[in-house]
Amino acid sequence: MKSLTKAYRPISWPMLGAGGDTGSWRVHRPVVDVQKCTKCQFCWAYCPEAVIDRHEIIIDYRYCKGCGVCAVECPTGAISMEKEE
Amino acid sequence: MKTAQVIMATGANAAAQAVKYARVDVVPGYPITPQTSIMEYMASMVENDELNARFIPVEGEHSAMAAAVAASAAGARVFTATSSNGLLYMHEVLHMASGGRLPVVMCNVNRGIFAPWTLWSDHQDSMAQRDTGWIQYHCSSNQEVFNTILQAYRVAEQINIPIMVNFDGFAISHCLMPLTLPPQEDIDQFLPPHKPEWRLDPANPSSFSNVTMAAEYAPFRQMLSDDIIASIPLVKQAAQEYKEATGMWDGDTIDTYRLEDAEVVAFAINSMAAELKLSVDILREQGIKAGLLRPRLYLPFPAEDIIAALPQNAQVMVLDRNYNFGHPGGILASELKSVLFGRRNDITVKNRVMGIGGIDLTRRFMAAEIRAMMDE
Repeated sequence: MKSLTKAYRPISWPMLGAGGDTGSWRVHRPVVDVQKCTKCQFCWAYCPEAVIDRHEIIIDYRYCKGCGVCAVECPTGAISMEKEE
Repeated sequence: MKTAQVIMATGANAAAQAVKYARVDVVPGYPITPQTSIMEYMASMVENDELNARFIPVEGEHSAMAAAVAASAAGARVFTATSSNGLLYMHEVLHMASGGRLPVVMCNVNRGIFAPWTLWSDHQDSMAQRDTGWIQYHCSSNQEVFNTILQAYRVAEQINIPIMVNFDGFAISHCLMPLTLPPQEDIDQFLPPHKPEWRLDPANPSSFSNVTMAAEYAPFRQMLSDDIIASIPLVKQAAQEYKEATGMWDGDTIDTYRLEDAEVVAFAINSMAAELKLSVDILREQGIKAGLLRPRLYLPFPAEDIIAALPQNAQVMVLDRNYNFGHPGGILASELKSVLFGRRNDITVKNRVMGIGGIDLTRRFMAAEIRAMMDE
């Protein structure tokens, strides 16, 4: 009965980085060409990790896994995938 | 002041009445013989506004338990029921309910499992769920089914572990017996509304049962194991408080009959243990000092209460309605021996498997079996 605290049940609360430093998995990084970007927000909408800022198209590389969905969906080809060092 | 009311009810009706008294919020259900009539009662109670609950007809037992898990995680008081292969189909999600520490209460109406098909009772279905982390009661009468479901909610919601209330198909589920229905007010006092300290809530988002690393996973499993054993005092307390509220008593972790001076002790669970009281009387008339020890609580196995209750030098005749495959007898005998080993070396344990697939267990048959076991 001493274990009857919040910790006995497998619950997690959402917070930035709760899943760890997932950006370290990345093989290719998306790079935005600001000249081609029209701020249409497609990349923001499609990003499965929600690491792209909606208005400034800044990618949070701490959590971006490099899946490349944003590069595929970008209508102006403003995002290219570059191999990580 | 309202008084108790007595009706004639089948075990299935007794179970449904208890669910109504518990003011359950959500009932996911899928029919399977011999449990089907419980779900029919539940559907009709919801349809007729006798019970303010959501009845969810699902496409199978796996979904029934999944819906029960989800509703319980959302803070609802939940009930479902199944039998036999339906219980086996739930198996994966049973672990989700216990590991998720959700106080789901479910009836399992015991029925043998395939192959070959059988519709009638034995205990292989619930015994096969022994290691799912559920607490298990086994009931021996319609009234006990009613009483135990209400006690099960009390215990489950105190310790956040799901509870399976088992009773035999047909012998209990389909036979009429007088059923005492206490005043609703007494039950409301005994079983207050379910107010979980955590629930899935869109206003305060949380995620449930994420991936854990070993360092987190292992303590969760240890806590579940510890808390299942820690439920024993709560089971006793619930039985005592229920008695104070309603005057009804079926035993707490165990039930005994003419046990104090017994030299030969019948040891069995579920409906056959009710019939065994009559077998004990037959044996007593024949000059044999017989008695009965019936675990009401099968899991956690009430080790200390059994050790304390067994008379000195008793021969314990374990009558198992299941097979312990890989061993010559049944599972109850195995459990009992593991408890007695090194602690009660005065006790002799003998074991027979009987009543498989609904073979009728009469008082005379079981008395004769016990006599034969004495000569072994």
